[in-house]
Amino acid sequence: SQTLTHGPTTPAKTPSTSRSVRTQDFSDRRGNKSTPIQTSRSAKAQQHRGRRRSGGFGGCASGRQTGPRGAVSEEGVRWDGGGRRSRGVGRIEPVSPPTQVQLNFNNLEDFPPVGAAQSPPVATKPSRRINPTPVSAERPNSKPKSCFISTPLSLPASPPAIPESAGAKLTAGSPHSLQEERELLRKERYVWAVIFSLNNIPVSMMMNLICLLSIYVHADVLEKAYLGNVHNCVYFSVRVLENQFELVSHLDKCTLRLLSENERVGTFSSSLKDHLAQAQENCTAKVSIIPFQPATDNRSNFSSDRAFHTFKKQRDVFYGFLREWEDSHKEPGWDFEAALGSRVRMMVSQLTAAGSHSHFARLFQKQLIQMCKGPCVLGSSSDAPDADLLGMLGADSLGRLKRLQQRLVQPQGLIGPCPPPSFPGHQEFFKCFLQTASCCQLNQHLKDGLCQQLLKLDEVSILGPDASPARGEETGDGDMEQQVRRFSSVLLTARLLAKFLGFISFLPYQTSELPSRDIQDTAITLRSKSSPVLDVCAVLRSSVHRRRTILTVPWIVEFLSMLDHIGPLLPFYRTALCLLLQIYKRMLLGRGGELCYMNQLLMVAVLGWLFQIPIFPEDLFFSTDLKEEVKELENITSSQGLDTLPLVDQQLLYTCCPYLGEFRKLLAAFVAGSTSKSGGLIRKITPTSAELRGPSTSRSQQKLQVDLEQAFFHNQPPSLRRTVEFVAERVGSNCVKHIKATLVLELVKGGEKTLRDSLGLEGVNTAKLNDSICAQLCDAGMQALETATRFCSENAPGAVRVLLPLETSPSVLTTAESITTRLATEKACSWLSANITTLLKREWKSAFGRVMKSVPSSVRLSAGSSCVSDCTHKVPLGSEVMIEIKSDHKPCCLMFQEVLSVAVGPRSEEEAYTVHQIESLLYRVGQTLGCRKKTDYLFLIRQLIERGLLGEEEVGTNWPKFKTLRFEAGILTNHFLMAFLVCSCRSL
Amino acid sequence: MDRVRDSSASVAGEAVELVRVCRAEYRAIGRLTERLRPTRQSIRTLQTQFPHLPPSTLLSIFSQEYQKRMKRSMVRHHAPDVVKEYYQRYRSEAKTRPAAPLLLELANQVDLSPALLARLIVECFLEERQASVAASRHVLNNMLREPYLIPDLLLAKHVEQCTVNDCCYGPLVDCIKHAIGLEHEDLLRDKLRERNLSFLDENQLRSKGYDKTPDIILEVPIAVDGHIVHWIESKASFGDDHSHHTYLNEQFWSYCNRFGPGLVIYWYGFISELDCQRDRGILLRDGFPSDIVTLCQGPARSRV
Repeated sequence: SQTLTHGPTTPAKTPSTSRSVRTQDFSDRRGNKSTPIQTSRSAKAQQHRGRRRSGGFGGCASGRQTGPRGAVSEEGVRWDGGGRRSRGVGRIEPVSPPTQVQLNFNNLEDFPPVGAAQSPPVATKPSRRINPTPVSAERPNSKPKSCFISTPLSLPASPPAIPESAGAKLTAGSPHSLQEERELLRKERYVWAVIFSLNNIPVSMMMNLICLLSIYVHADVLEKAYLGNVHNCVYFSVRVLENQFELVSHLDKCTLRLLSENERVGTFSSSLKDHLAQAQENCTAKVSIIPFQPATDNRSNFSSDRAFHTFKKQRDVFYGFLREWEDSHKEPGWDFEAALGSRVRMMVSQLTAAGSHSHFARLFQKQLIQMCKGPCVLGSSSDAPDADLLGMLGADSLGRLKRLQQRLVQPQGLIGPCPPPSFPGHQEFFKCFLQTASCCQLNQHLKDGLCQQLLKLDEVSILGPDASPARGEETGDGDMEQQVRRFSSVLLTARLLAKFLGFISFLPYQTSELPSRDIQDTAITLRSKSSPVLDVCAVLRSSVHRRRTILTVPWIVEFLSMLDHIGPLLPFYRTALCLLLQIYKRMLLGRGGELCYMNQLLMVAVLGWLFQIPIFPEDLFFSTDLKEEVKELENITSSQGLDTLPLVDQQLLYTCCPYLGEFRKLLAAFVAGSTSKSGGLIRKITPTSAELRGPSTSRSQQKLQVDLEQAFFHNQPPSLRRTVEFVAERVGSNCVKHIKATLVLELVKGGEKTLRDSLGLEGVNTAKLNDSICAQLCDAGMQALETATRFCSENAPGAVRVLLPLETSPSVLTTAESITTRLATEKACSWLSANITTLLKREWKSAFGRVMKSVPSSVRLSAGSSCVSDCTHKVPLGSEVMIEIKSDHKPCCLMFQEVLSVAVGPRSEEEAYTVHQIESLLYRVGQTLGCRKKTDYLFLIRQLIERGLLGEEEVGTNWPKFKTLRFEAGILTNHFLMAFLVCSCRSL
Repeated sequence: MDRVRDSSASVAGEAVELVRVCRAEYRAIGRLTERLRPTRQSIRTLQTQFPHLPPSTLLSIFSQEYQKRMKRSMVRHHAPDVVKEYYQRYRSEAKTRPAAPLLLELANQVDLSPALLARLIVECFLEERQASVAASRHVLNNMLREPYLIPDLLLAKHVEQCTVNDCCYGPLVDCIKHAIGLEHEDLLRDKLRERNLSFLDENQLRSKGYDKTPDIILEVPIAVDGHIVHWIESKASFGDDHSHHTYLNEQFWSYCNRFGPGLVIYWYGFISELDCQRDRGILLRDGFPSDIVTLCQGPARSRV
């Protein structure tokens, strides 16, 4: 309708109304490139922000529609500002050069002190700033450009609008009946809803939504500004939300909960509230379960029918608890004890009656590892409805996206560098379960299981790069990478288990406060009589001795972090802590060389954390107990051990020590001039566009295949997976070795033959020959992938078949074979495609050198050279040149040396060679060399090389460069001289 | 007997009708069944009202609804004096007009399933004859199954009328239901073999010592609609709220807790809103899925 095509006239433009970013507004401001629009109310803050944004202004205005009808609130503007910033990609895009901004360090607005609150009148919410960085400007097909930009490109030409009359009238303040206002709002929300549906770009939709929510949240601020009053604001937002329910329902569970619990929603639309509550229920997570394995779980593993059938029920009950916890633990007021307490105890008592604690303990422990081993996504592990979407990007990207998600989702408050021990994510469930169950039998069985598994993990063997005579740069065919991954997995599991072992072990002694001295003494006397659950001291000593501290120390730290107040005072744990302290004190960062710096950093970080948490007795710091012992232990270490391998990467470091991230937060806080006081920190995330790999359908298909493969192993005995992975690993590795020994060798041999043959031909340029053969070899090297594929398909299936039980069903066998083949091929091919060219080049280089050395120079001369054109063959012989030069009573090379030294200086006046002199010298040399018939031009070069005046490589690699150089007086350096020499030798 | 042929025809004829029944429609059907008797005429009435739904689905829904109704009124009908009264009424009627379908009429009058009524009457009859000994369950069942074992031939005739005409209760219906269940399990196995999907069935699983056994466990999992499927359970009935929740608690969750995600086939359809646990590992279908994705064989596939 006519009224809908124009924006309102006044309200949005009035500064006090906040700067609604409507199209026409924006175009008005376009000329005003680097000056931020200011509001009278929050000029200061805006100036600051405007400055930051200014770079973007130039680029963003280029003919694009501005965002959806922008926000009407401060908050909205800020978000929209974010959007504009995002278009401010211009900063790195050549098309829109940034506006230069001189920074004034004394300007408090440019550099607000940390802690200085920004001064907008509205209480600010933490903003999440996202600075998109398109990978390159010229990629016509790259989607991200449009993706990261909040502008809805597809928006119809007519600006999103509101009934003109409505806007005007509302601000004119003319009294409206409630009915009329509602009617206007009804129209408007319809318009907005249409905009929503027309615009298919998800990001801008999100932007819209955020604006909308801002309106909603800040309804009271907007009162009187545009929508008349707070009720209209809420009414408006709620209705639009209702219209766009489909979109809203896909938001994460937390948001949905917050929305549905908001009383305003309930007041204005109870149906929306119900819908939201429903949508919340639909957000469910996948509980990955521990499969039933007949070998350990069937009747024969139980003492009685009753125990078997009880456990059958308990398994289901347990998973029921887990699902219930996932669904409801985030609800306000939900309490584990109140909601599940009696049922948990009932279940445990049935276990007791049936005597099947050991079975349950095993299930519990496995489930714990399954759910909590990975880096803990704080609280968000369960509400990742888009995990599938992320998954489509592959396992690797999935992990990275998870971490990104984590950054976006996690509460950002500063936790300080030494947060107390905690049970993040699903760990909380397991902790609460144990606390609530409070069952000594279960705990005992768990302790047994945890100890056993921990010691097993502690003994895990991780191999360094092959000690074979292979060259250092070649780290065992990518094996090391795998070992690093394995180490990371082992370490994280061990830390998790150790924490729970500690939790259970010290649970009986936990008190809320430090007991009085007397009670302490009694307790110490009492408790030092019984033996500890795990001999951590022995484990520690052995780890120092065998240089495995990088694995052992981090999990022992987790174990000890669970100590109760008395624990550290017991002689046994005191010794353990002393040992750790001495290890810490003896560890000097960097002593182990670059290779293990990260290892040491991890140890320093985790130990430092342990020493800072409250349970650590401060007096221990000054203790010198055990100093000598540790010293001795270290002196008699074996030379080989985990500590000497580069096993820790940055990711593992940050996973184990999330508090290290505090640095970043602190710095970010400083940069932003924002503080935790203002509610949170700005997260700066720089998205880079990913290459789109094929259409999304095929990606999701691939993802499904990966899932299916994982699922295949799920219900098979664990040994099947181990076998498949082991065989794939070995076959892949063998394949690479085989290709190195056969294909590479053959190719290089073939190359040598070509070289020898070609050297015998007339008119061949050796350098060019070298290049062309090398290129040929590299091309041929690509067939290695084919060969590898063939090798793996031939060898992998047989190997698996031999190792699997004869009774394996045919379809399982076939599947296992094909997975093995695929894994092996993948391993081999990924290594080969990354390294084959380098490998071939290196092999060829040495082969080439060998050939060139072995071929007598005379052959090379006669073979590979021809005279310069119009050569009369009447030039002086090489020896004559030598003699000629010798006539100066200097051998040729000395002559050059002298020329060189004079060239480089310092020199006296009379020493200077004139350009002419040198030219003439070189001319003579050149003349001699030019005639291939009579002289061995290589002789001269060889002389130079042998004297170290000319690098062998320089001759080859600098050749093109030298060719273009011009000899000029005054800039005679040895480089130029050589260049010239080479030029003479080659081209004259 | 028509019905049996009907259902087996629809089984064999692979009529892949999409049985989409939303909760609202299900309630509409439920309301309509409230006053219906368990007769073939009732089924026809339903069919004319919901022509887009397969007869077997309607029958299944009706049967389940009717059973719920009977369970609700069970107490009322089973009160000793009520039973006695029914028996007396039958006896007096039998004297006056023995040729009429007396028991059927009575069942309709008191809104009780004919087969159930027949059972009550035979029970009374037996008690009357051998007052001292309580009629054994076995004898009773046999008589219902084979009415001419009843010494009173007239009663036998009336009982037969009841069991044959009741499409929700009675030995005949039990037998049919059992058969349909087995047929569909067979059908499922056939379909799997057709697709070359190898599996372990319930008996194999039991012999391996599994504590809970779905109809089928796939040796190599498949994906349906993007969801991984490890196990398949066949249900030759309509999935309504009540039965689905019972199955969830007694079977499906247990399967999930042991074997991971799986598929339930309600051959006669289900309330579409119930298919809401897909992400938690329970996928519902109303037939053998045609969109199966299997693990590709061969190394050609490159990983993401």
